[in-house]
Amino acid sequence: MASSALRSEEYDADVLVRVENVVKRFRASGRRPRGRDEVRAVDGVNLDIRRGETLGLVGDTGCGKSTLARCITRLYDLTSGRVVFDGHDISKLSRRRLRPYRLQMQMIFQDPYGSLNPRRRVGSIIGDPFAIHGIAAGAERKRRVQQLMELVGLNPEHYNRFPAEFSGGQRQRIGVARALALNPKLIVCDEPVSALDVSIQAQIINLLHDLQDEFRLTYIFIAHDLLVVRHISDRIAVMYLGKIVELAETEELFARPRHPYTNALLSAIPVIEEDGGGRRQRILLQGDVPSPIDPPGGCSFHPRCPKAQHRCSGEEPPLEVKLSDRPDHVAACHFPVEPGEDLGFTWQRATEP
Amino acid sequence: MSEVLARLEELPTSPAEPPPGAIEGRSPWQLAWARLRRDRVAIACAVVIVLITSVAILAPLISLLLGHERDTQYLETGLTAEGLPRGPSAQFLFGTDDLGRDVLVRIAYGAQVSLLAGVVASFVAVFVGVVVGLTAGYFGGALDGFLARFMDVVLSFPFLLFAIALVSIVGPSLRVAIGIIAFFSWAAVGRIVRGQTLSIKEKEYIEAARSLGASDVRIMFVDIFPNLLAPVLVYLTLLIPAAIVFEATLSFLGLGVVPPTPSWGNMLADSLSFYRVAWWFVLLPGAALLTTTLAFNLLGDSIRDAFDPRGERLFRR
Amino acid sequence: MLRFLARRILLGLVVLWVITTVVFVMFFVAPSNVAGLIAGRQATPETVALVKQRLGLDRPVLDQYGSYIWNLLHGDVGYSFYNSTSVRSLIRDRVPVTFSLAVGAAILWLLIGVSSGVLAATRPRSVADRAVSVAALFFYSMPAFLLGLIFLYFLFFRLHLAGISIFPGSGYVPLTQDPLRWAQHLLLPWFTIALVTAALYSRLTRGSMLDVLGEDYIRTARAKGLRERRVVYRHGLRSAITPVVTQFGIDLGTLLGGVIIVENVFGLPGLGQLAVQSVTTQDLPVIIGTVVLASAFIVTANILVDICYAILDPRVRVY
Repeated sequence: MASSALRSEEYDADVLVRVENVVKRFRASGRRPRGRDEVRAVDGVNLDIRRGETLGLVGDTGCGKSTLARCITRLYDLTSGRVVFDGHDISKLSRRRLRPYRLQMQMIFQDPYGSLNPRRRVGSIIGDPFAIHGIAAGAERKRRVQQLMELVGLNPEHYNRFPAEFSGGQRQRIGVARALALNPKLIVCDEPVSALDVSIQAQIINLLHDLQDEFRLTYIFIAHDLLVVRHISDRIAVMYLGKIVELAETEELFARPRHPYTNALLSAIPVIEEDGGGRRQRILLQGDVPSPIDPPGGCSFHPRCPKAQHRCSGEEPPLEVKLSDRPDHVAACHFPVEPGEDLGFTWQRATEP
Repeated sequence: MSEVLARLEELPTSPAEPPPGAIEGRSPWQLAWARLRRDRVAIACAVVIVLITSVAILAPLISLLLGHERDTQYLETGLTAEGLPRGPSAQFLFGTDDLGRDVLVRIAYGAQVSLLAGVVASFVAVFVGVVVGLTAGYFGGALDGFLARFMDVVLSFPFLLFAIALVSIVGPSLRVAIGIIAFFSWAAVGRIVRGQTLSIKEKEYIEAARSLGASDVRIMFVDIFPNLLAPVLVYLTLLIPAAIVFEATLSFLGLGVVPPTPSWGNMLADSLSFYRVAWWFVLLPGAALLTTTLAFNLLGDSIRDAFDPRGERLFRR
Repeated sequence: MLRFLARRILLGLVVLWVITTVVFVMFFVAPSNVAGLIAGRQATPETVALVKQRLGLDRPVLDQYGSYIWNLLHGDVGYSFYNSTSVRSLIRDRVPVTFSLAVGAAILWLLIGVSSGVLAATRPRSVADRAVSVAALFFYSMPAFLLGLIFLYFLFFRLHLAGISIFPGSGYVPLTQDPLRWAQHLLLPWFTIALVTAALYSRLTRGSMLDVLGEDYIRTARAKGLRERRVVYRHGLRSAITPVVTQFGIDLGTLLGGVIIVENVFGLPGLGQLAVQSVTTQDLPVIIGTVVLASAFIVTANILVDICYAILDPRVRVY
C-alpha cells in the first residue's frame, strides 16, 4: 500500500506534478557487449510534488537527478511512465503541444557562464520568453524586462549589456529573471548555486526564497550540497542510481535518516566542532558508485552497504514507510538504520581531524 | 559551507553593485572593429583592395583616358617591326601584348573578372555552406551523417579534373567558372559551420532556449547563427583570394573566361609563349594578381586576429 | 587491422563505382548529342554515324551502362576518334611523366612543409619563425601557374642569358634513360607544385607542433632528461603529424590539379597536358578515360593515406 508521502489521494488539488513510474534510458555510445548497451538514468521514480513546496533532490553525480528534472519538464522524452502536470498528462505530448506548458514550468541552469548566449544582450535574453510566445513586444516588452531585472536585483539600466559584463552571481540572476518572465508555476533549479562563490550562493538562495513567497512558486531544487538544500527545501528526496531511496521532510531526514546511503551522505557534511561536542564519525563508503549501465541486482546499493544481507542482493526493497509514526517519511531498504544505531564496527572509520 | 549557513540568515538579497552608468555594452563586433582599425597592415590591405576595386569599376574610364580600347589590336603603334610586343612607354604605360593590345587597359578589365568571380563565387559558397552545415549540425542523426559524408567526398574531389570534364561538355564561360568554383568551395565552409554548430548545440543556453519553448528554426537563427558569423566572415575573406586564384587558373588553362575578354589568367596564358621577349606581359598581370591575393589573405588574417587576439595568427608578422 | 583495411577498400570501391557512374551519366546520358560530342568537333557526318554504331548509342541506357562498366573492368577506357587510336595507348606513354611529377612534388612538399613548420615551432617568434611566416604567406597567395611562369622567366630565361643553364625550360627525359637529366627537367616543376602547398603545410605543422609541445607529456619527457631533439622528433612530431596526414588525404585532389597546371606551363608530356588539349579539341573519350583513371588513383592513394594514419594513430583501427 502506498504511503501518504507518495500518493496524496486526499489532496489531489494540492499536487502540482505527479511523477508515475518514470523510466528514462539512454543508448550507451560506442560498441558494447549484448545487453549492456543502455544507461538507466532514471529507473522507475514515483513522486508527488505539492503546490508551493520546495522539493530538494540530492544524490551523487550521475544518480539521475538532473535527468529526472528534465523528464519532468519534458526536455527529454520519457522511456516509460507518466508525468501529470496540474492535472494534465504531458508524458507523450509533441513539442508543439507542449508549448503552452512551457509557460508554466521553467528551468534555472547550473552554469552561469554557459546558460546565457554570449552574443546577445541581456535585455534580449530575458525578453526571449515574451518574444517566443508572442506575449509582448517593443516598448511593452522592454518595460516588463526591466521590471523583472529590478525584481531579481539587477539594475534595469543595464538592459543593453552583454553577459560578459556581469559577474557569476549576476548572471544567475539574469537566468532567474528569464525563468520568471512568464509567471510559471514550477521552477526547476538545477544546481543553481554550485558554480558560484560561497558568499554569492547565499544571496541567490535568499532571492529564490523571496520570489517563492511573492509569486507562490513551486521549486524542485537539485543540488549535491546538503546544507544548501536543507536551508531551502521543505522535503528532500535522496536518489541513488536512478531511484529514490529516501524521501522525508527536511528536518526529519536530518534527524532520523533511515537509509544507509543517506546516513553516509549526512556524515560527510563538515561540521564545526562545538566546544566539548563529540567527535563525529565519518562514514566512508567502500568502492565507487557502480556504472548505471550494469547496476547490481536487488537493492542497487547492496555492494557497498554494510548492513546488506542475502535478501538485499536478490530482492529490490520498495519505497515505503519505515517508522509507523511518520507516514510521510519513506525509505527503500530492507534493513533501515534505526535511530541511534551505531554503524560503527561494520564500517571503516575515520575520525575527523 | 558553514559560512554559507551563517550568511543565509543575515544577508538581504542585495546585488553586488555593477559599475555605474547606463552604458551600452560593446558587442563583440564593435570590439573587433576597434581592434581592426588600429591594425596598420589591415588598413594597408584595405586600401589596396579599394584601389583595385576602383580600377575595376573605372576600367572603361581608364580606357577612355588612355585612348585605347580593350580588345583593339593596335598593330601599327603597338607592335614592333617584327611584330613583337612593345615595352612600357609613354604611349602604352604597361606595354602591349602579343596582339598589340594595351596591357594596362586589359589588366584593368581583368580586375573586373577576378573580383567578380572571387566575390560572387565566395558568397554563393558561403551561403550554401552555412545552410547545409547549420542544418546538418543542428538536426544531427541520419541527415547529418549523409551530409557530412557528402561534404567530405566533395572536398576530396580532384576539382580541376572535373572542371575539365564539365567544361568539355558545356563549354567555357565566366558563369560556368563561377559555378565550378562555388561548387568546390562550399563544402569547406559547410564543414566548419557544421563543427561550430555541433559544439554550440551542446551549450546550456541552447537547452535554455528549448525549455522556453523556442522552435528549432528560432534557435538556429537567433541563438546559433550569430555565433557563426565571426568564423564565417573570417573564412569568407580567405575564400575570396582562393576563388580569385581558382578563376585565374581556369582561365589560364582555357577553361574560364573566353578570349578576347581579358582575365588575368588568360593574359598570363598568352604570355607563356612570349616571356622571353615581353617581360612586362608576364610580370605586370602577375603582379596585379599576386597583390590582390596577398591583400585579401593578409586582411583575412587581421580580421581573424581582431576577433580572437589570443589565437595564433596564420601569417605572423 | 585487417577489418579496417577491408572496410576501407570496400568503401573505396564504392566511391569509384559512384564516380564512374556519374561520369557515365554526365557524358552518355545528359547531353543531347552524345555521338556528335564523342566524335569530336571536326567530325564528318559519316564519322558521327560510325560512332553511333560502334558505341551502340541507340541501345537502351542500361545496356550501354553495362558494356561501359564491362569495358572498364577489362581496361578498355574508350577510343579517341580524333586521334584514331585507343585512349589506353594515348594514356600509357604519359603515365610515367605524370607519376614522376606527382610523387616527386608530393614528397617535396611534405618535406619542405613539415620541416619548416617544425623549425618555426621549435623557435617561436624568432627570426627564423618570421621568415618562414612571410615565405608561407607569399607562396600561399601565389597561384601555381604564376609561380611556374616566374620560375621560367627568372630561373630559366634569365639564368640562361647569363650563361647558367641548370634548369631546362621544358621537356621530359625518362628516368630509365638518364636519371640526372630526368631530375633536372623535373626540378622546377616539382618546386612549383611543392612550394605553394608547402606554405599551408608549414603553418599546419607549426600550429600542430606548438599544441603538442605544450602538452604535459612532453614536459615529462624533458624532465626525464631526454635530449631535446629526441623529445621533439620522437614524441612531439609523431603526434603532431596526424593532422598533416589527414590534410594530405584531402589534398590529393590539389596534387592532381597542380600536376595538370604545371604540365601545361612547362610543356611536360603527361596526362595533364593531354587532358587540357582534349578540351580544346573536344576529344571526349580521352577526357572520360583520364577522369576515370585519375579517380582510381585518388581512391587508391586515399586508402594508402588512411593506412598511414592508422599506423600513426592506433585509435582509428577500431573500425
